[in-house]
Amino acid sequence: MPSIISVTNLSKTYASGFQALKNINLDIREGEIFALLGPNGAGKTTLIGIVCGIVNASTGNIKVDGHDIVTDYRASRSLIGLVPQELTTDAFETVWATASFSRGLFGKRADPAHIEKLLKDLSLWDKRDNMIRTLSGGMKRRVMIAKALSHEPRILFLDEPTAGVDVELRRDMWRLVRSLRESGVTIILTTHYIDEAEEMADRIGVISKGELILVEDKAELMRKLGRKQLTLQLQEKLESIPSALSAYKLELSDNGNELIHTYDAREDRIGIAALLKDLDEAGIRFKDLHTTQSSLEDIFVTLVRDGK
Amino acid sequence: MNIYAIRAIYAFEMARTARTLMQSIIAPVISTSLYFVVFGAAIGSRIPQVEGTSYGAFIVPGLIMLSILTQSMSNASFGIYFPKFTGTIYELLSAPVSSFEVVTSYVGAAATKSVVLGLIILATAALIVPLRIEHPFWMVLFLVLTSVTFSLFGFIIGIWADGFEKLQVIPLLIITPLTFLGGSFYSISMLPPFWQTVALFNPVVYLVSGFRWSFFGLADVSVGISLAMTGVFLVISLAIVAWIFRTGYRLKT
Repeated sequence: MPSIISVTNLSKTYASGFQALKNINLDIREGEIFALLGPNGAGKTTLIGIVCGIVNASTGNIKVDGHDIVTDYRASRSLIGLVPQELTTDAFETVWATASFSRGLFGKRADPAHIEKLLKDLSLWDKRDNMIRTLSGGMKRRVMIAKALSHEPRILFLDEPTAGVDVELRRDMWRLVRSLRESGVTIILTTHYIDEAEEMADRIGVISKGELILVEDKAELMRKLGRKQLTLQLQEKLESIPSALSAYKLELSDNGNELIHTYDAREDRIGIAALLKDLDEAGIRFKDLHTTQSSLEDIFVTLVRDGK
Repeated sequence: MNIYAIRAIYAFEMARTARTLMQSIIAPVISTSLYFVVFGAAIGSRIPQVEGTSYGAFIVPGLIMLSILTQSMSNASFGIYFPKFTGTIYELLSAPVSSFEVVTSYVGAAATKSVVLGLIILATAALIVPLRIEHPFWMVLFLVLTSVTFSLFGFIIGIWADGFEKLQVIPLLIITPLTFLGGSFYSISMLPPFWQTVALFNPVVYLVSGFRWSFFGLADVSVGISLAMTGVFLVISLAIVAWIFRTGYRLKT
């Protein structure tokens, strides 16, 4: 897949001397959902800020669909919509006016039909004539998304889109992101809710202390670093694990009613087949089984803790 | 050229004026009317004619200048400072707009308000004192040039300011004294010779003088110099704005 954003040797040192980004190289593929994960202060917002033109880079360069973000900022910026982390809105503007304003600011001819559709999609249509200051926090978040989408961008940056929003809005947001992706929009989201990245992203980048420590397909990452567990619910309680099964990493739990087998997802599956066969031979019957996989959260915590 | 952006910002700023009609238009009109009552009618009735014009009429150009200077600065500085304060500036910085377009729209809107305000005050004054305008074209030119120049200056203050206090400090401590001492309420020929010389270092003298000339055909300094000085302020302000956008001063980190 061609890359739509290409970041090369990007570093940023603030005037205070704080080095927010250290030699970042990153390619975002057209049409993907890319999740940038990292703890607070890792440099996620700085990276987005530089791509969007809010922060000046110290060194390195960025191309958006082939356009340099400094020398050809007009072309690069008109492709991008940005939903920043902070809820910054013009308190005294109406929802309709602010969305229309954003469209004009990004150089697009007024298109009331598009704004109408957008506000309807975001459940803001009823509030179109309300002043933004009268809206709830969740509604304000929707307004910011409407502003970012008002000029039909091909790339959407969502900086912590679901920080502090309720479950319903979060689900709405996920739905919206998916439908945008289907229409061909590339989405880059930062989050520290890891389940969000797990749910949404095609690829994941982990940033910590200004360094991009990992970029990987989500499925690949889960497969590589994930651990799996097989839980067997036994028909009859076991007092201890029979010695015939000591070759396997087995644990008893739930007062001996459950047998848990932990294995590495990269190992071949023959291990499980053999286990089930050996169980059968040992006369251990089970009534149900399920497997669980370690979450992205576990992987992330390990990565950031170890600094890779 | 991103015409849609210029239009959007200009309309946004004009809508802000409409929302704050009280402080943008009505308040200056009221305060100017009070000046007329106090200086024109009450005190002015005891002052003989100044250079062939009744004192009430004589102060009209100076009063308009006083309002335009302060309003241009406060409108333009607030217009750009407030988005910085609330954080909505992110959108402007991330938009495909050039610095020229940003300045044109913000300064254009602030200057438009000032010109409208100047004309409203003029109309108000015409109701109170008999007025004549000898050089209407020049009158409008000075009005527009001054509005644009001081809106630019206000824009610079708005970018420089990192608190509400700084927003007020230059207009209050520098521009207001210069305006009052710049011959708004008197002809500098009324001053003792030494202070006449000092007054020539006050840039506002040239603005008021040129503007008054367009009304009554009389001036403290020649109209050519007035025009040239206004042009110089304009160019200096433009140069500072250009520098701000080239370096990202106080806008980008």
